[in-house]
Amino acid sequence: MHIPDGYLSPSTCFSFGAVMLPIWYKASAVIKKNLDISQVPYMAMGAVFSFLIMMLNIPIPNGTTGHAVGGVLIAIALGPWVAVIAVSVALLIQALVFGDGGVVAFGVNAFNMAFIMPFVGFYIFRLIARKAEIGSTRYVAAAGIAGYIGLNMAALLASIEFGIQPLLFTAADGTPLYCPYGLNIAVPAMMLAHLTIAGVVEGFFTAIGIRYITRNSPELVFIQGKEG
Amino acid sequence: MQRKYIIILFILAIISPLGLLAQGTAWGEWGPEDMNELLGYVPQGINQAQEWWKAIFPDYTIPYLGEEKIFESIGYICSAIIGSTLIYGMATAYGRIIIKKNAKIDQKLTTL
Repeated sequence: MHIPDGYLSPSTCFSFGAVMLPIWYKASAVIKKNLDISQVPYMAMGAVFSFLIMMLNIPIPNGTTGHAVGGVLIAIALGPWVAVIAVSVALLIQALVFGDGGVVAFGVNAFNMAFIMPFVGFYIFRLIARKAEIGSTRYVAAAGIAGYIGLNMAALLASIEFGIQPLLFTAADGTPLYCPYGLNIAVPAMMLAHLTIAGVVEGFFTAIGIRYITRNSPELVFIQGKEG
Repeated sequence: MQRKYIIILFILAIISPLGLLAQGTAWGEWGPEDMNELLGYVPQGINQAQEWWKAIFPDYTIPYLGEEKIFESIGYICSAIIGSTLIYGMATAYGRIIIKKNAKIDQKLTTL
């Protein structure tokens, strides 16, 4: 789901980058207000977790690969604004050092995986886990479902961003300038991969991660309760 | 407590080459050669973008190592460790700069 450079028009990339600026600003303001310095290592470990989980590629039946992102796990444990920054840092290093995801496309990738995914997941979690006892079966299941839906929302967005390119941008000879596949191909291909496999893996990691955290560090859940 | 999480992350880094077992490329992340195979041409924009940025460790490979499977795995683990260190450092630096003070703990205790 790391959109490389060249697949989206520069105008698409810069638009999403411009949308991300106030989101990063707001995330920083919330973090400044709600976190104290002793909690910074957890944010940093969340960012590393996201990076490492994204390296675990999973085979998809249609011959492509997918991976989990960890954004919803971070959002539930530390709050969605912390997840915005943690996943953004992971995506930035991936783009700059490893060429995974474009440098110009960084803003788009951050929008999909570091903003939409944690927030969608966080609110779905709150909806399902409402009043469930912390660490209970319903609480853990809610985390799993939230992870599944959060990743699929990010994938859906990415597929739409890919799919609108050939509609909007073609060369003089009519060939597509950027991503050559339209919505009719991009959306089913991406969604098949994420609805069937990658989303399930994301849900699994989110659920066991939240189960582990609620048993081992209840103080983290407390942060989330305060923030939310 | 934090040590437990560090150990889990370390294990994830060590097992990261499992991610290499998955054959193929993620949808929409093909290089220009794959693109040429799929379509018979490379869209102009994709071609031009190849020059925009040269990553030091492209696709989690360490260029000095060989291309055999074992070196590919070692390179992947090295990439996992290098990336994790950079990310941990950057997130920590960000947190320290943004939050600055440590006095909030007392404030929180008094408002409980």
